[in-house]
Amino acid sequence: MSVLAVAEHRRGELRDVSLELLTAGRELADDLDGELHAAVVGGDVDAFGEKLNREGVDAVHTVDAGEEFNHDVYTQVVAQLAEELSPSVVLMPNTVDGMDYAPAVASRLDRPLVTDAVALDTDDGLTVTRELYGSKVETTIDVHAERAAVTLRPSEWPTAEGVGDATIEAFDATIDESAVRSTVTGFEEVGGGDVDITDADVLVSVGRGIEEEENLDMIFDLADALGATVSGSRPLIDNGWLAKDRQVGQSGKVVTPDVYIAIGISGAVQHVAGMKGSDTIVAINTDPNAPIFDIADYGIQDDLFDVIPALIEEFGG
Amino acid sequence: MKILVTVKEVAVVDDEFEIDGLGIDERYVTADLNEWDEYAVEEAVQIKEAGDDVEVVTVTVGPEGTEETIRQALAKGADRAIRVWDDALAEAGLLDPETKAEIVAAVAADEDPDLVLTGVQSADDGFGATGVTLGEKLGFEWAAVVNALDLDRDAGVAHVRRELEGSVEALTDVELPAVLTIQTGINDPRYASLRGIRQAQSKELATKSLSEVGLDAAAVESPLEQTSLYEPETESEATVFEGSAEETAGELATLLREKGVEN
Ligand SMILES: Cc1cc2nc3c(=O)[nH]c(=O)nc-3n(C[C@H](O)[C@H](O)[C@H](O)COP(=O)(O)OP(=O)(O)OC[C@H]3O[C@@H](n4cnc5c(N)ncnc54)[C@H](O)[C@@H]3O)c2cc1C
Repeated sequence: MSVLAVAEHRRGELRDVSLELLTAGRELADDLDGELHAAVVGGDVDAFGEKLNREGVDAVHTVDAGEEFNHDVYTQVVAQLAEELSPSVVLMPNTVDGMDYAPAVASRLDRPLVTDAVALDTDDGLTVTRELYGSKVETTIDVHAERAAVTLRPSEWPTAEGVGDATIEAFDATIDESAVRSTVTGFEEVGGGDVDITDADVLVSVGRGIEEEENLDMIFDLADALGATVSGSRPLIDNGWLAKDRQVGQSGKVVTPDVYIAIGISGAVQHVAGMKGSDTIVAINTDPNAPIFDIADYGIQDDLFDVIPALIEEFGG
Repeated sequence: MKILVTVKEVAVVDDEFEIDGLGIDERYVTADLNEWDEYAVEEAVQIKEAGDDVEVVTVTVGPEGTEETIRQALAKGADRAIRVWDDALAEAGLLDPETKAEIVAAVAADEDPDLVLTGVQSADDGFGATGVTLGEKLGFEWAAVVNALDLDRDAGVAHVRRELEGSVEALTDVELPAVLTIQTGINDPRYASLRGIRQAQSKELATKSLSEVGLDAAAVESPLEQTSLYEPETESEATVFEGSAEETAGELATLLREKGVEN
């Protein structure tokens, strides 16, 4: 009863989530008393293959197929590998690329798929824990099937360490080129601008709780009073209220200021991915159950429209 | 050209809520059109407005109570709507992406769209997998997490940007027909006009059972079973300042000064 973990890489780098999958995969394989297989598709497969040879990995399968991720190639290769190895569980990352091929792999293999897992358990068949309603509640899902596919939320498992004694072998996949009907023509960095939020010591970060664009004046006043820089959660950038260079999170910037003040931000996982490394996190939010309080060091559970003016006054603004 | 847009009514949970069995107690939820779907609808309507002879059809899997939400899409410019529901669906357990994709695929087989737009994910269960599963089932090409779309109908290609992690976008050419999962921010969703809301009342909203779309009750059987729903143990170690806004702001100011924050 083996486990297959599929690595992710981009522009020459193996992404950390690959090594997190190995940790989760080893735990699962131990529970199932089976082997842990890793696979890497495309890019510098030899170098990636070496990197995936961590403690607890039994075999690494390398597939030399293109430089960058292409979902049509990944879907074909991973489905073929799964058919060859017949693992109990195929683990893939719940990343943007993972979202682009994992559902197709599961569907092609006729395996049930559970996405965005935060915990796995095999006491009585496979049980997957995931979050609902923006992390307000958790749910468990029992998988009544011999074989399944699961995508894992990044940063939930530690990366696998050490050097293993896995066999590293090339897997000879057959790729039907006529089924490759999408092409990546390039990458572009976005969000370059005048403001560098990654360089700020203090960030005053604002979310959808601010309600109206006009109300942002208050946030800029506070930032002035504190000598801080303004950043924001995604909806403010989507609305065009703040420029893309001020977006914190998975698809924005990763920031690590001394102080991060989250104002009217719920703390969705994609936001937290960009700010959890801040030294001191302060959250101001009316909802005492908002997930942002799980990672905050200090909190005010009150209306920002009362607290922010009072805070500006404290700093003589 | 025909564009099929999947839409879903989602539950928005109040700050304070109670759990009732495997769901949130209805007293603490309000219904809304899924945020991601709003952008998908807008994108489809913009394509319709920019081109000739484009029809926009929405499809949802949901009970009668969702019709008001579905009409929002009609009020914003979709031409007609299809809603699939019946007793088998009402009694089903978890409607996982596989099940929903199978139902939408059955509708698509009948409608024969050139383009299908879905949201990246739904705000409530956040599976983020229905669109790509649908692409695979239909034998369409697909792209997930699309934040820019430029359609070349003559060449049969959608030039898209996929929004990756860390402010990087992948420029991708996708052959049509295709399923694209639409990310927030791709456009600026309009508000429905009064005229649009009035017109929506007379637009077609067809209700179909599983058998009417060519499926049977087996379609809702899933190997996935939801077994519990609970509020996670709080991991919060935050020091919470108590008192009036003046008091809490005062305490926060003291803390910030200790941390060396000042202008
Ligand atoms: C692929 C993908 C990538 C994403 N990338 C990012 C990203 O890079 N960055 C990002 O931020 N998000 C990202 N998101 C979106 C993310 O899932 C959330 O939707 C988003 O972070 C929510 O922003 P928010 O917290 O401002 O809004 P909400 O979740 O709506 O929260 C608003 C908060 O304000 C509080 N509030 C309301 N009124 C008041 C008041 N008067 N006083 C005090 N508090 C108040 C509410 O209690 C609530 O907690 C991404 C999503 C996907 C699917």
